[in-house]
Amino acid sequence: MSEKFDVIVVGAGPSGNAAAYTAAKAGLSVLQIERGEYPGSKNVQGAILYANALEQIIPDFRDDAPLERHIIEQRMWVLDDESFVGTHFRSDDYNKPPYNRYTIIRAQFDKWFSSKVKEAGALVICETTVECLLMDGDQVVGVRCDRQGGEVFADVVILADGVNSTLARKAGFHGEIQAGNVALAVKEILFMPQETIEARFNVKDEEGVVIEMFGKITDGLMGTGFLYTNKDSITLGVGCMLSDFKANPNRSSPYTMLEKMKAHPSIAPMIAGGEMKEYCAHLIPEGGFHAVPKVFGNGWMIVGDSGGFVNAVHREGSNLAMTTGRLAAETAIAAKAAGKGFKAKQLAGYKSALDESFVMKDLHKYRDMPSVFHDNSQFFTTYPELVNRAARTMLTVDGIDKKTKEKEIFSSFRKSRSLAGLAGDAFKLWRAFR
Amino acid sequence: MHIVVCIKQVPDSAQIRVHPVTNTIMRQGVPAIVNPYDLFALEEALRLKDKFGGKVTMLCMGPPQAEDALKKCISFGADDAVLVTDRSFAGADTLATSYALAAAIRQIGREQKVDIVFTGKQTIDGDTAQVGPGIAKRLGLQLLTYVSRIAELDLEANTITVERRAEGGVQVLKTAVPCLITMLEGTNEMRFAPLENMIHAARYPVRKWNKEAAGIEDVTKIGLKGSPTVVSKVFGPTPRAEKALMQSVDDASPRDVSLNVIQKIFTQHPTLERDILAKASV
Repeated sequence: MSEKFDVIVVGAGPSGNAAAYTAAKAGLSVLQIERGEYPGSKNVQGAILYANALEQIIPDFRDDAPLERHIIEQRMWVLDDESFVGTHFRSDDYNKPPYNRYTIIRAQFDKWFSSKVKEAGALVICETTVECLLMDGDQVVGVRCDRQGGEVFADVVILADGVNSTLARKAGFHGEIQAGNVALAVKEILFMPQETIEARFNVKDEEGVVIEMFGKITDGLMGTGFLYTNKDSITLGVGCMLSDFKANPNRSSPYTMLEKMKAHPSIAPMIAGGEMKEYCAHLIPEGGFHAVPKVFGNGWMIVGDSGGFVNAVHREGSNLAMTTGRLAAETAIAAKAAGKGFKAKQLAGYKSALDESFVMKDLHKYRDMPSVFHDNSQFFTTYPELVNRAARTMLTVDGIDKKTKEKEIFSSFRKSRSLAGLAGDAFKLWRAFR
Repeated sequence: MHIVVCIKQVPDSAQIRVHPVTNTIMRQGVPAIVNPYDLFALEEALRLKDKFGGKVTMLCMGPPQAEDALKKCISFGADDAVLVTDRSFAGADTLATSYALAAAIRQIGREQKVDIVFTGKQTIDGDTAQVGPGIAKRLGLQLLTYVSRIAELDLEANTITVERRAEGGVQVLKTAVPCLITMLEGTNEMRFAPLENMIHAARYPVRKWNKEAAGIEDVTKIGLKGSPTVVSKVFGPTPRAEKALMQSVDDASPRDVSLNVIQKIFTQHPTLERDILAKASV
């Protein structure tokens, strides 16, 4: 005899855990189904945890969540082949609790989050793949798993099955993923003694540093690199649009890009002696506002990466995931309380809650950003080179007067991009960021 | 028939790292799994239950998190699970562990008589293969180690016949029940649990016994106090300097390839040729 739950959550990443926790905490019967060996075993993220989204779900998470370092310094680097020009923002303000963001190791963090989900009363089963949604006409009524007697029923199914969004595609809720809407990111975790990290990055105790990078490290493809400090390891990665990798098979592959990045003269000394602990690759939905599919229907809602909820410009994903998971669960709780069924009409509150939250507002703000950067590769090649050359010209003391140097810099810009091109690029950026 | 299967929750050794400076095992973030050898014991126990009926009780000593390992065994089809967990068990070596587990099995036996105790061949973190035999000795059970197959179980006559891997062949052993079996790896394949069992296991309230509930009589025999083993030094293996040599076989006759290989071996081990020649002349 198959069981029926109030809510089935497919997936135990940040969005799935947020949904399962919120629903179970409110007293709903929740079954969460995870494909991996344990929650966190299949998950890949940089990873930065933005405190606010989790605070809304578990206010006292800092008491026992496995957090690595809180970020007190953010660096932005624009790199050419030999050098970088960068800004660093470091503030003791970030050293006052409660901290705003942390580096985390997802395998550990997800395990902790899942333990909270279980404490809240949800049933969590792992090593079980959901093959498809069970339909009664146009109403989702449950899921079928890859185990004997694998059918199980629920009023609402929350799809938190990740970027590939297999279930929603199978059910025809949205189309195939487009290579132009996903980035392929690779990363490594390099082990390093705590003292080495603290000396190299000028931090102490549990302070951490983030470096965001763009420029020639991505071989002219649209993408960025990053470096995060953990307690006793460094996470380092780079990602570009999958469509660009496909279009340039001979130019770059993710791993050569990462190797090149590690060998960059500004990066190599920071990671020297690091022992590789983990390497992984993952797709990131970066299509933004225009790529968000229909997110609810009769008996179902989509949360997290499956719904394309990632703000690529600010490298925010897990906080959108947790927020969408929470909002979906709150919608299910309200629908259950109202007692009028779980059709699309009763779940429409999910979409309005998303629209009112930072999730859709931020995605809307940057709606044109992906195409601006994608169609203008000069932002990743020419400009980084020009800026670095300008800095070198200006800062090298060689008997040439500064005025001549300025002229040289200006003409180098004009040579690479016409005046109209420069103005156009500035306008495009302004429009996209506005 | 009542079978007790002892398991241990261990760090997944495939993902373990040794700290480069202190040489200690870094367990942080390493996933915990059921000792893989124990799963062969569990599957064998479940097969006996399928054939003869009865009950399979899981037993584990460890920290509270080891509950997950026991729940997993429930999902495979075990009927009951006991976690022996108490701070005073910490630091136990194989002597103290077998003492505590033997006490717990006696306690389980008071609820329902135990016919067979299963353990894995050894654990992947300690690799001693001592706990199973230790339990058998303490409980006065017939001991069958490295069992590759259970050939026959006669519940009328209370006898069991098993095949045991031994040096140079297979021993066929027949003995009386109750007995303790340490199961060899690769002897069976763990079943895939149906969904119903997964949900049942997620809900299953694993019984947790502290040292009193486990029936420990002598507290000096458990935990660090009851463990005479001393770890005097921990070190990582040094990688061997000599590496495998490549021998191309393209366009060469088997004779030439063999001669080449022999020549290379002799170059590496200069005394070998002399020794072989000396032997040959005898």
